[in-house]
Amino acid sequence: MTLIINGQPEDQAAETLFDLVETLGLADAMVATALNGAFVPAAARRRTALTEGDRVEILAPMQGG
Amino acid sequence: MQLYDKTFESRLLLGTALYPSPAIMAEAARASRAEILTVSLRRESAAQRTGQDFWALIRETGATVLPNTAGCHSVKEAVTTAQMAREVFNTSWIKLEVIGEADTLQPDVFGLVEAARILSEDGFAVFPYTTDDLVVAERLVEAGCRVLMPWGAPIGSGRGLNNPYALRTMRAHFPDVPLIVDAGIGLPSHAAAAMELGYDAVLLNTAVAKAGDPVRMAQAFAKAIEAGRAAYEADPMEMRDMAAPSTPVLGKAFLA
Repeated sequence: MTLIINGQPEDQAAETLFDLVETLGLADAMVATALNGAFVPAAARRRTALTEGDRVEILAPMQGG
Repeated sequence: MQLYDKTFESRLLLGTALYPSPAIMAEAARASRAEILTVSLRRESAAQRTGQDFWALIRETGATVLPNTAGCHSVKEAVTTAQMAREVFNTSWIKLEVIGEADTLQPDVFGLVEAARILSEDGFAVFPYTTDDLVVAERLVEAGCRVLMPWGAPIGSGRGLNNPYALRTMRAHFPDVPLIVDAGIGLPSHAAAAMELGYDAVLLNTAVAKAGDPVRMAQAFAKAIEAGRAAYEADPMEMRDMAAPSTPVLGKAFLA
């Protein structure tokens, strides 16, 4: 299905947010996730199902003032 | 200096953006002797993993991390960003920015107070980037903020203290709240001026990062902030309208 990941449409088979993070190779990374504008804690990723058109944000530490 | 649950020697808070390179950023941070560094959360690319490298660098400095909600224009965005930052950085500290206007990057003070209340109630230690409006400041304290960060001038403008009179008033109005001038600082003399007003600390980023020699400038800021604080504690002389000779008049020869 098509998911909007960090603003880009992508075709992904992952069914949960946990699977998606793993598929993207970020399972071991320091990242935080949001689904359709709402924060999803890491512990909740396994039980967060993804559906067609979902917007996923995967954020990491970056420079800031 | 005490900010929420932590104590610090340094009164310089430094931002980590806009440096020529990550290595220079780390060196400037070290040269500044800042014990608090601000950071943000941005999209991570699985291929590049830039965030992971950046985080390793920040951890090496040993500094206390203050994540920001830069770029957030709504309460919802700011609150969500803060929640994500709390998880990623494992800290309840948050520099709260709710931006109201793209040219001035000035705070949306209404959203700022609302977000401050929501986050304070959720256990965050909120560092609000605010204006020099006293009423807004009162609302922020009522909302749970135990630190205030009024602007000197628009973010990144390097203009210094646009309204020192308002800053002086705010200092007098909140004697027991740690006050940090945040935004618009351009020169060490600006930072010294803020410290001479009795401000507890200064937060700056562009002034160091965009200097020709960021490491040298970071050192200069560290010295200026120490000088300004020492001056404040040394109880400066009063200003006068008219001249008053320093050399004694008594005993001067008549040589006319």
